[in-house]
Amino acid sequence: MYRGKSITELRSLLDSSEVTAEELFSDANTLAHRFQEDYNSFVTILDTMKYKKRDSLLDGICYALKDNFSTNGILTTASSNILKDYVPVYDATVVRKLKNAGAILLGKTVLDELAMGGTGTTGHTGVVCNPWDKKRMIGGSSAGSCACVALGIVPFSIGSDTGDSVRKPAAFGGVVGFKPTYGRISRYGLFAFASSLDHVAMFTRNVLDAAIVTDVLKGKDPHDMTTLANDEKNYVSLLNQDVKGKKLFYVKEICGIDVMEQSDDLELKETLARFHEVLDNIRKEGFEIEEVSIRKELLEAIYPSYMSISCAEATSNNSNLTGILFGPRGEGDTIEEIMFDARTKGFSEFIKRRFVLGSYILQKENQEKLFLNAQRVRRMLVDQMNQFFQKYDAMIAPCSGGPAPYFDATSEKLSDRYLILENHLAIGNFGGFPSITLPYGFVQDMPVGLNITGRVCEDDLVLAIASHIEEITGMKDLYCKVGE
Amino acid sequence: MYEAVIGLEVHCELDTKSKNFSSAPNFFTEEHNTNVATVDIGLPGILPVANKEAVRKSILTSLALHCEVPNEVIFDRKNYYYADLPKGYQITQNTKPMGVHGYLDILVGKEIKRVFIHDLHLEEDTASLEHYSKYSLIDYNRSGVPLMEIVTEPCLSSADEAVTFLEDLRDIFLYLGVSEAKSNYGQMRCDVNISVKKKEDSTLGTKVEMKNINAFGDVRNAISYEIERQTALLSKGEKVIQETRRIAEDGKTYSMREKVDAIDYKYFIEPNIPSTPITNQELLELKQQVPVLKLERYLKYIDEYFLKEEDAVLFSKNRELSDYFEEVLSKGADVSLTVNFMTTCILSTLNKLEIFLKELFITPSMLSEVVKLVSSDKMSLDAAKKLLYEAIDAKKDPMELVQKKGLNQINDRDVLSKLICSLMDQNLEVVRQYVEDGNMSAVNFFVGQTMKTSNRQANPNLSREIILEELERRSDKNGS
Repeated sequence: MYRGKSITELRSLLDSSEVTAEELFSDANTLAHRFQEDYNSFVTILDTMKYKKRDSLLDGICYALKDNFSTNGILTTASSNILKDYVPVYDATVVRKLKNAGAILLGKTVLDELAMGGTGTTGHTGVVCNPWDKKRMIGGSSAGSCACVALGIVPFSIGSDTGDSVRKPAAFGGVVGFKPTYGRISRYGLFAFASSLDHVAMFTRNVLDAAIVTDVLKGKDPHDMTTLANDEKNYVSLLNQDVKGKKLFYVKEICGIDVMEQSDDLELKETLARFHEVLDNIRKEGFEIEEVSIRKELLEAIYPSYMSISCAEATSNNSNLTGILFGPRGEGDTIEEIMFDARTKGFSEFIKRRFVLGSYILQKENQEKLFLNAQRVRRMLVDQMNQFFQKYDAMIAPCSGGPAPYFDATSEKLSDRYLILENHLAIGNFGGFPSITLPYGFVQDMPVGLNITGRVCEDDLVLAIASHIEEITGMKDLYCKVGE
Repeated sequence: MYEAVIGLEVHCELDTKSKNFSSAPNFFTEEHNTNVATVDIGLPGILPVANKEAVRKSILTSLALHCEVPNEVIFDRKNYYYADLPKGYQITQNTKPMGVHGYLDILVGKEIKRVFIHDLHLEEDTASLEHYSKYSLIDYNRSGVPLMEIVTEPCLSSADEAVTFLEDLRDIFLYLGVSEAKSNYGQMRCDVNISVKKKEDSTLGTKVEMKNINAFGDVRNAISYEIERQTALLSKGEKVIQETRRIAEDGKTYSMREKVDAIDYKYFIEPNIPSTPITNQELLELKQQVPVLKLERYLKYIDEYFLKEEDAVLFSKNRELSDYFEEVLSKGADVSLTVNFMTTCILSTLNKLEIFLKELFITPSMLSEVVKLVSSDKMSLDAAKKLLYEAIDAKKDPMELVQKKGLNQINDRDVLSKLICSLMDQNLEVVRQYVEDGNMSAVNFFVGQTMKTSNRQANPNLSREIILEELERRSDKNGS
């Protein structure tokens, strides 16, 4: 009955007493159960609500939380067998903030195991499907959080974004995915994947809602030394700031006309053609858009550098998962054997491969070549972006070379050009830039998304630009009406 | 013809309110797993928050040890798996330790020896394990306690040097107030690396490692035993095996394990703690907080104040005592009288009341006033000590007592003459003994009587002078 309604719409219904928080929760709970078998958004659906009325825009609004955020007393698995029975004893800072804002937790959502992956297929409770087409993936790692917003079950959900784990699935689900500046939102209580790249991020169905949620979540946290000082800004009220004449750029090697013309991939052609149409429309509304160029080698180095840094940090960050203090206890005669057994049984092969990679990369004899060179690529890309940001206000690009892939998609079609377009969103993590995905059209009846990435700390400007583009495309409050 | 080369790695737990990266309290307790925060047990999602006080204290120590301090504070991760390491990595410093290239001068016998410091870094302690026959228990109280590690160059050559260095280092920790450094609580622990080579050889011999020795006595025994053992092996033409050994209660060392290839700890910079610059201003302020240290004070006491060896050692060893002593002197008090008062009244009071100097009511300026009473001959040493004890008991300023009770020494010649004459008039027999028999004990008798009658307020020297004059006057009168 309240399916697909935005935070703003629900707010006015609640404020005029046309609906109660209890009714909203009950409605969302019913929807969650109804779609669970087909789409598998949740690891845990909560059937009782915890709620205290607060004076906040999120008061009485339901949300879903990726299952890698610590929730006191509520199972938190990171979609991994090694944490399948883990019940935390403390709340993540974002959970505490949402509680204090009167938001109501509906459930914990499925992710790719330990947030490592981009398919939504590796969680220990099974595959998450794309609401727009069950044969396709929703993307990951924040798969369940994206699916439940795309299904209209909740108006917003929380995810984490280390390479593109919110902004990519958002594109595949036709919703908004926003990752503010690194340090804008506390990571305390987010199970670390790669600490220098991890961001708390969110899914909503319009840009205004993303601003509302960010206003609640942002701020300096004494538990997270990497959080930024409070910027004393209200992103909601800054959404309407004047963005006429703002300068955007797109990178020729990522999404230029050449890429489109030289490809024989029809999906890619259509996706880019739609993108350039949108660019034209944006230009007409007073934005300046120019094409810039980045060395192709540097762009091709994004993915291996991202893998190097993230696997290295991940192998260290996940070294606490030994089954000694929590998680299934391994068997063996010595401490080493017990830990070895727990980790052997607890992780999927895919995760083990990343840990082995990370460990190899960090070895003394490999660090210089594999780890430090990756850091150098990261630095070069960030410097390059900052150079562009001296002239331009934001980068615009499509999030992918096409709509969500099919589950049985083979890797044959992954040409090298395709890889650049598929992996460029990690630039946002390398530099900690504020970065937002929003839908811009349909290809093969599936939503596709574009991304706006701006200067560090200018979250308000990125949101304002996105909000104007949202008006231009008219792609707002989208959700998949399956089952209605 | 053989000589030992010894290097030390000293671990010292810092005295801070909370742990190095969490808000859990940091103090020694035998209640297991009570000083524990989520961060200390490595639960998923936790983040470290660096303890400013631990950073400050380690930089302060680094400066006291003449180290070069880096331009920023950064931490590294040292990755390895063990049950006492809940996160699976230890936060430590590898890229930029708090200090490098330092030194500490120590006095061994009569010689000053310079011990070179390779580096000083700040890290976190591990949990402690208790092993039983069928299981082990983990106590996380120690997990995350700020730990300072000081690594010397291999530049020590005897057990004496090593133990003197450790003792002096501990005194520095206490001087700086950075640690209680109690080795029986494991707050100060030491790894010893030792090898023996022929004197003329330029390359080092094979190194033996002994880990986590708490008591300095054990360090001494371990080193002495190892020098003997390794020298014996080498003189028989045998080889020393590179290994880790432990010291047993019998004072001998036993092999624990042969050294395998060094573990690769896969260090990388801790991403959750942003680098913090150390500004020149901060460094300057910290430098000003480094006090004059033990050796310098000791040498001053010997060379400038001419203190006895034992007094110089006593006063320089403890910063509180030394500061107090110097403050008394700075108010213009006489050195040897001050030493006298402090070694008797002050120290015995501290012992008797089992209190610290800072808890003593008598301030250095109060003591200096009392000392001055004696040196300016206004009061006898005895009377002044009595006054001091009274002031301690009453928790009153001694000068206030002097004024209130009139305890001032009687130096007025007329007053004393009057008193003495009347005493002599009452004891004519004693006067006669002096006048007729020249019995000198009469003088002492009248000094004693004068002191007694004046409630010990009479200036004894002046009294004696007047007594002699008066007795002579009476002799002359008698003779004429």
